[in-house]
Amino acid sequence: MSSNAILRCDALTIAYGSNIALENVTIHVRRGEFVGIVGPSGSGKTSLLRALTGAVRAARGSVERSREVRIGYVPQVESVDWNFPITVGEVLAMTRTRRRWPTITDEERNEAAEVLASLGLGGLENRHIRELSGGQQQRVFVARAMFAKPDVLLLDEPTSGVDVRTRHEILHLLHDLHARGSTILLTTHDLNGLASHLPRLICINREVVADGSPRETLIPEVLERTYGAPLHVLEHGGMPIVLDHDYELSESLRDAERALRRSRQANP
Amino acid sequence: MLALDLLAPYDFAFFQRGMIAATLAGALCGILGVFVVLRGMSYIGHGLSHAVFGGAAASAVMSINFFVGAGVWGIVSGVLIGRIARRKVLGADAAIGIVTTASFAGGIALLNRYGQARKSIEAVLFGSVLGVSGVDIAAITAVTLLVLGVVLVAYRSLLYATFDPQVAVVSGERVAFIEVMLMVMLSVTILVTMRVIGTLLISALLVIPAATARMITNSFGRMLLLSPVLGAMSCLAGMNLSYHLDTSAGATIILVSAAAFTATYLLAGRRARVRVASLHHI
Repeated sequence: MSSNAILRCDALTIAYGSNIALENVTIHVRRGEFVGIVGPSGSGKTSLLRALTGAVRAARGSVERSREVRIGYVPQVESVDWNFPITVGEVLAMTRTRRRWPTITDEERNEAAEVLASLGLGGLENRHIRELSGGQQQRVFVARAMFAKPDVLLLDEPTSGVDVRTRHEILHLLHDLHARGSTILLTTHDLNGLASHLPRLICINREVVADGSPRETLIPEVLERTYGAPLHVLEHGGMPIVLDHDYELSESLRDAERALRRSRQANP
Repeated sequence: MLALDLLAPYDFAFFQRGMIAATLAGALCGILGVFVVLRGMSYIGHGLSHAVFGGAAASAVMSINFFVGAGVWGIVSGVLIGRIARRKVLGADAAIGIVTTASFAGGIALLNRYGQARKSIEAVLFGSVLGVSGVDIAAITAVTLLVLGVVLVAYRSLLYATFDPQVAVVSGERVAFIEVMLMVMLSVTILVTMRVIGTLLISALLVIPAATARMITNSFGRMLLLSPVLGAMSCLAGMNLSYHLDTSAGATIILVSAAAFTATYLLAGRRARVRVASLHHI
């Protein structure tokens, strides 16, 4: 697993002063993988992403990536200043450093138009970022990351603060990018809407609690260790559905949950 | 006849020199004003002009060359203020207020104690655009060309670090260096323009043209073109008006600039007002 890892951290510990954000975390991400990181607020998800980008130093352990590996980072849309005077075209153009002049080359302009068109944003180059829909706004920042031709795409909470329709759009977009060969690593709080649809999930709470498919990781035992509270899991159409601990389970749902547990024990 | 009256001040060499210096100063402040306004540094610009006053006073009292004394003082203050604002220790506003007002008060105390060069210090405070020398024009021209060159060459890095500093770091931009570079350019700009419009009015020229440009456009590139044009035109109009109205050149320039802002605010509609309302710390 580790031999062809594009990103890897081994026994990584990150501390901010005396506060330990992550402890002894080992994660390897291979080229072409689509990985989600879930955990409660303050569990170290964003610290892990920032460590992988090199923005945060390891207190102990190591973060490794080949020099030629380029990272495209997509921030939380909530952290973006939507009132900043900037058009969609300008957002993309700021990333390239091949030419430092304010104007971009014809080649770059064509490439930017191709990236925008591939993400369903064709013809929006001159629009201000605030004038876009929620899904389009998120896609602009994916487009900026893609325009830099990254080997790995890191997304911090891509569905945070967006409506259901936008969440679907983003999920489809990410699956499309993955199908086209992109390596994707994202953090999310959205267990049902996003995490359960990913091929690989890593549950963290300052340390790695579990690492595997959603069927292996979205189980009550792992979720309780990750979130520190009991969570119920049902299955619908082969997909795990996580229910909040204070959800009032009807007897039929309890039966369904017991049946799912028995079925998993019988067919691990 | 009216045209001749309007052109009358241009018969005087001191007015021609003042016009060149003021127009260049307006364009220079207009360029940097875009970054000052968009980065929420208006208070830093205001404070820095006061801090540089301390250096100007010290250099006058100690008979050190104005540009050397105030320049070193200004750059050190600018870098210090930038570090304080970046690290968010102490409460940036409070820390900037302490550093800059202490520097300003130090300048006043030096003047009171030694009582030298009073005329020169008044010029620094309120500006004396009609008394600018060839050296002043050369200094403003050099700094304008330098700032223009840096903004053109480092345009994308400056934009990235201003719009999205956290991601810019991840993308390999040297954000900390860019911030120091901006503070140094701001300090040097204040240094060379203070004798034209005075430290008390510099912050207005750093803020008003950029804020007016923000109302007119939604594009960073266009704002960077518009702001220096508005700054230069305000200075051009303000200088001419000040001659005919017999008012202070610095004050008239700022009043013209404020009038342009008000007219744009009233004429540009609700969307433009929302844009300017969203600017930080204005």
